[in-house]
Amino acid sequence: MVAQNVVFGILAAVMILSAWKVVTTKNVVRAVLYLVVVLAGAGAQYLLLAQEFIFVVQVIVYIGAIVVLFLFGTMLTRAPIGRDTDLDNDQKWLAALTALFLVGVMVAVLSDAFGNTHIKISGVQRTADVANSMFGPYLIPFEVVSVLLLAALVGAIAIARRD
Amino acid sequence: MLLNQFLFLAAVLFCIGVYGVLARRNAVLVLASIELMLNAVNINLVAFGAYRHNIAGQVFALFVITIAAAEVGVGLAIVVLIFRNRASIALDESDLMKG
Repeated sequence: MVAQNVVFGILAAVMILSAWKVVTTKNVVRAVLYLVVVLAGAGAQYLLLAQEFIFVVQVIVYIGAIVVLFLFGTMLTRAPIGRDTDLDNDQKWLAALTALFLVGVMVAVLSDAFGNTHIKISGVQRTADVANSMFGPYLIPFEVVSVLLLAALVGAIAIARRD
Repeated sequence: MLLNQFLFLAAVLFCIGVYGVLARRNAVLVLASIELMLNAVNINLVAFGAYRHNIAGQVFALFVITIAAAEVGVGLAIVVLIFRNRASIALDESDLMKG
């Protein structure tokens, strides 16, 4: 249990630092690459919770596909690659205040609700259970999500194509 | 492991995402901040799933990942279109609907 907590601490520190760099760095490409670190850290947290399948999906879908989409978006909008620019608007302090207030409220509520609740991990989650659950009780949400993904795909092509 | 350590991590990541959405003027980086927020929600879902020994948390995290992929696809298409029409993706310059 101690080793898990140490790993959690290291991962959490790296994730929070990288997330902070995502929202503060003055270089678009660097921000996207810091996002990769946060996403990989989240994947490692899933592994720490012994949920393997979602870790694999996180690596394939987020780090493999979504980050590439972001880099394409950066490239197509001709972001000043390698050059530092002003990427923040003038309501920075108000935004920081809002975020601090929100984190204060959340931490207060969570420590009130789950003050001393422990997670007991009993073996690794089997992928077959995920499949049984997804094609069993959650079949209709699964189908709805597939249709949504198809609609988003068609919509993205229809929006972005030149005619 | 405490359940709260995962929930606190997710709360901090979510609020960093909120800060990014509010403070950034580059549309691509606003979408990246939204990804941070969605990821925080996923950590919450998976942590609750592990705590309750219930597969539902993981399944719903998968749904959230799918919807995030759809959102990024459509969002970046819109950003590219805005760039093509206005040659800038600074969000404070896209103010056609301002009274």
